[in-house]
Amino acid sequence: MTDPVLDIRGLSKNFGALTTSNNITLDLHPGEIHALIGPNGAGKSTLIKQITGELPPDSGSVHFNGHDVTHLPTAARARLGMGRTFQISSLAMDYTVLQNVTLGALGAQGGVFRFFRPAMQDKTLLHAARHALEQVGLEAFQNTRTSELSHGQRRQLEVAIALTLSPSAFLMDEPMAGLGVEGSHRLMGFLDGLRHKAPILLVEHDMDAVFKLADRISVLVYGEIIATGSVDEIRQNSRVQSAYLGEETLT
Amino acid sequence: MSLILFIEQALNGLQFGIMLFLMASGLTLVFGVMGLINLAHGSLYMIGAFAAAAAAAATGSFLLALAASVIFAAFAGVLIEIIVIRRLYARDHLDQVLATFALILIFSEGTRWVFGSFPLFLDRPDWLAGTVSLPFGIEYSLYRLAIILTGLVIAAGLFWMIARTRIGIRIRAGENDREMIGALGVNISLLYTFVFALGAGLAGFAGALIGAIQSVQVGMGEPVLILAFVVIVIGGIGSIKGALVGAILVGLTDTLGRTLLPMFFGLFMDASSATSIGASLASMSIYILMAGVLLFRPKGLFGVA
Amino acid sequence: MRKETALNTALLALLLAFPLWAWAADEPFLITLTTRAVIFAIAGIGLNVALGFGGLVSLGHAAFFGIGGYAMGVLAFHAQNYTPLMTWPLALDGTTSMPVIWLVAIILSALLALAIGALSLRTSGVYFIMITLAFAQMLFYFAISWPAYGGEDGLSIYIRNGFPGLNTMDPIQFYAICYALLLLVLFFVWRAARSRFGLMLGAARQNPERVRAIGQTPYRLYLVAFTLSGAITGLAGALFADLNRFVSPSMFSWQTSGEIMVFVILGGVGRVFGPVAGAVLFILLEHILGGLSPYWHIYLGAILLGVVLFARGGLYGLIAGREVAHD
Repeated sequence: MTDPVLDIRGLSKNFGALTTSNNITLDLHPGEIHALIGPNGAGKSTLIKQITGELPPDSGSVHFNGHDVTHLPTAARARLGMGRTFQISSLAMDYTVLQNVTLGALGAQGGVFRFFRPAMQDKTLLHAARHALEQVGLEAFQNTRTSELSHGQRRQLEVAIALTLSPSAFLMDEPMAGLGVEGSHRLMGFLDGLRHKAPILLVEHDMDAVFKLADRISVLVYGEIIATGSVDEIRQNSRVQSAYLGEETLT
Repeated sequence: MSLILFIEQALNGLQFGIMLFLMASGLTLVFGVMGLINLAHGSLYMIGAFAAAAAAAATGSFLLALAASVIFAAFAGVLIEIIVIRRLYARDHLDQVLATFALILIFSEGTRWVFGSFPLFLDRPDWLAGTVSLPFGIEYSLYRLAIILTGLVIAAGLFWMIARTRIGIRIRAGENDREMIGALGVNISLLYTFVFALGAGLAGFAGALIGAIQSVQVGMGEPVLILAFVVIVIGGIGSIKGALVGAILVGLTDTLGRTLLPMFFGLFMDASSATSIGASLASMSIYILMAGVLLFRPKGLFGVA
Repeated sequence: MRKETALNTALLALLLAFPLWAWAADEPFLITLTTRAVIFAIAGIGLNVALGFGGLVSLGHAAFFGIGGYAMGVLAFHAQNYTPLMTWPLALDGTTSMPVIWLVAIILSALLALAIGALSLRTSGVYFIMITLAFAQMLFYFAISWPAYGGEDGLSIYIRNGFPGLNTMDPIQFYAICYALLLLVLFFVWRAARSRFGLMLGAARQNPERVRAIGQTPYRLYLVAFTLSGAITGLAGALFADLNRFVSPSMFSWQTSGEIMVFVILGGVGRVFGPVAGAVLFILLEHILGGLSPYWHIYLGAILLGVVLFARGGLYGLIAGREVAHD
C-alpha cells in the first residue's frame, strides 16, 4: 500500500476535564475519500482544527505529505498542499467570485508582495482561477459579488478556491450542508471524480452522501474513533450502531 | 536616596494608581459588558471636575462638590448613553472610536464655551489639609492618603458588587454571553445604561478628587484616558482585577520613574543631562512597560486568552 | 464615466484651478489654505492604507506625522545653525534640501511604523486601537521632555527648505510641489490597491481565516500595509512642518491622530481618493465654521457624529454609492 498523504497518530486534546480528542489515529491514502462521521459534539471540529493547525494538540502527531506538520501554523500547512473548505463559508464577501478564486491562485503561486501590476489582469492567475470556476460550474457567476451568492454557490466557491491550490489532499468540513437535493447531487458527482486528483477527508452529516462516496469511514464518538472500515463494515458494526447510528435511521 | 523619600514617592504612585483605577474600571466594564470602546470617558472625568469646582464655588462644601461630581458625570453618562452610545453597541470599533471622538469635541468645546479657557481651582477642605504622621517618621499629605483609602474602599465595593450582588451576576453574564442575558429575561438596555452611568460616575469622582490637586481645565481628561487605556491593555480588557493591578503598576512605574531615573543617570552624568535624559525616559517608562507585557501576554495580565 | 471617477477628476481639477485663481487674484492666504488641505490629504491617504485597505484602526498615526515633522525640523535646525547632526559613529550634517528631508522622513517613519506595527499587530480589535494611541502618546511626551530640540515649545525654522530650481518661499511654487507629491502618492496607492498585495490585503481585512487557508500570513500583510501607511503619513508630516516652518510636540498629539482619522472618514474609508475629499471638506468646515464661532469644534463634532451614525461611507458613500468591487 502507498504511504498515506495524511497520517494522524495518537492525537489528544483536553479542555480542562473535557477530553475532546482521545488518542485519535487516522490516515488518508491517495485516491480515496475517507469520511469522518459522528454525532454532534463528538469532537469533529476540534479534530479538524488540529489537522489544519488552528489548535495545538496536547499530544500525538500530524504528518502531511511526508512532513511532520504538528507544530506548523495553518498557512504553512496550506502551502504544503492542504486544501480546505470551511463548515461556515469563509470567503472575502466584498470581492467578486473571480476575485476570491484569483486569491486562491495567488496564495498558491506566492509573490504576494508586489505592489504595482494589477492582480486582476495577471493572465496566469486568471487562467488558474477560471479553470477552477469551470470545474465547479460557477463560471457564469464570476463577476457576482460574493455576498450575493446563494448558500450552495458559496460552498461551490469554497471548493473552487481549494482547487486553485492544487492540493495534495482536501479537508472538507460539511460541504453538503444546506445544499438541497439537486445541489448535493451535483457536488457528489464532482467529489466522486475529484478523489483521483487528491484524496478527500470528508466530514459530513449527510449519510446518503457518505455511504455513496466514501471508500472508508471513521466514526468519532466522544472524542474517540470507535471504528474505521468500509461502508459495509461500518453499517454492520454493532458498536457503531449502538453508539451512534441508533439515533438515525440507517437505510 | 533616602528610604523616606522612596516610601513617599511609592505612596504618591499608589495614589496615582488608585485614580487610574477609578477611570480604568469604568472603561473596562463598559468594554467587557457592552463591547464598546469609549474615548469620551475622559470627558466624563472633566465634567466631574467642573461640576465639583462649580458646586464648591456655590456652596463652599467639599463633600457637596464630590456629590455633584458623581451626580453630574453619571447624569451626563445616562444622557449620552441614551442619545448616542446605545446606537453604537452593534457597530464596529471604528464607528465607536469616531462617534466618541466626536463627543469629546462637543464636550470639550461646550465646556470651554460655558466656563471659558482659564483653569478653575478646587480647594481641598481644611479638614483634609496638612500632613499625617506615618511610621518611620514619614509625614504624608492627609488628602492624598484619603484618596488612597477612598479608592481602596471603592475598589472593594466594586469587587463585592460584581461577585455578590444580583446586578453583578448580570454583569458577569453579559461579559460571557451577550445573548444569554437576554434569554435570562434581564432588561438589557436598563443594565447597559446602569453600567455606563456607573463608569461615568466613577470617572467624574476621580476628576473631582484630582481637581483638588491639579487645576480644573478643558482637556484634562484625555491624558488620563490614554493612561487608563494603557492600564487596561496591561491588565486585560474586561477584567476589574486586571484594572486594579494594572493601575497600580502604571502609577508606581510612572511616579517612581520620574524620581529614580534622573537620580540614576546622575550617578554617571552631569546633572542637567541626567535630568533631561531621565525625564525623557521616565515619560516613556509606562509605555515600555506596556510593550513588555504585550510581548509576553498579548491579551494582558488577566485577559482571557 | 462612473460617478466615483467623476468625483475624483473634479477634486483634482478643483485642487489645480482654485490655487491658480487665488494666485491670479493675489490671495496668498487661500493658497496656503489649499496647501494645508493637500498635505492633510496625503496624511489621510497614508492612514487609509492601514485603515481602509487593511482594516487596521490605528489611532496613533500622529506618531508618523510627528516623526516626519521632526525629521524636517532637526535636519534643517542643524543645517541652519551650522552644527553637525551627529559626529559619532558617522559624521553627518543637517540639510535644507527638501528631497533629502522627504527621504529621511519616509525612511524614519517607515522604520517607526515597522516597530510599532510589529508590536501592536500581535493584538487586534480594541487592543490595537488603544496600543497605537498609547505609542503615539509616548512619542508626544518624549518630544515634550527632550530639551535638545525645543521641548514643549517646539522648533522654528527661519527659511523654508529648498527644492532645486524653485523658490519654495513663494506660496504657489510650494503648492506645486505638494500637489505633485499628492498626485504621486495617489498614483502609487491606486496601483497598490489593485496589485497582488492589495488584493490579498483586502482579503485579510475581510477574512483573515481565508487568507491563512490559502497559505498566506495575515500578520505580514498587515505589517507591510502599516509600514507603507506610516511612511506616507510621515512624508505629509515633513511637508506640514515645512509649510509652517515650525514643528512642535502637538504634531504627536492624540488630537492629530483623531483629525487624520476624520479626514479619512469624512471622505470615505477605503476609497483611494476618499481622504482627499475629506481633507478638503475639513479645511472648508474649519474655514467656514471657524469664521462663525471660536467654538467651531462643537459643530465639527456634531457633523462627525452625524456622518458616523447616519452616513457611513462619507462623501464618497453619499455621492458614488456603495463601493463596487473593483477589477
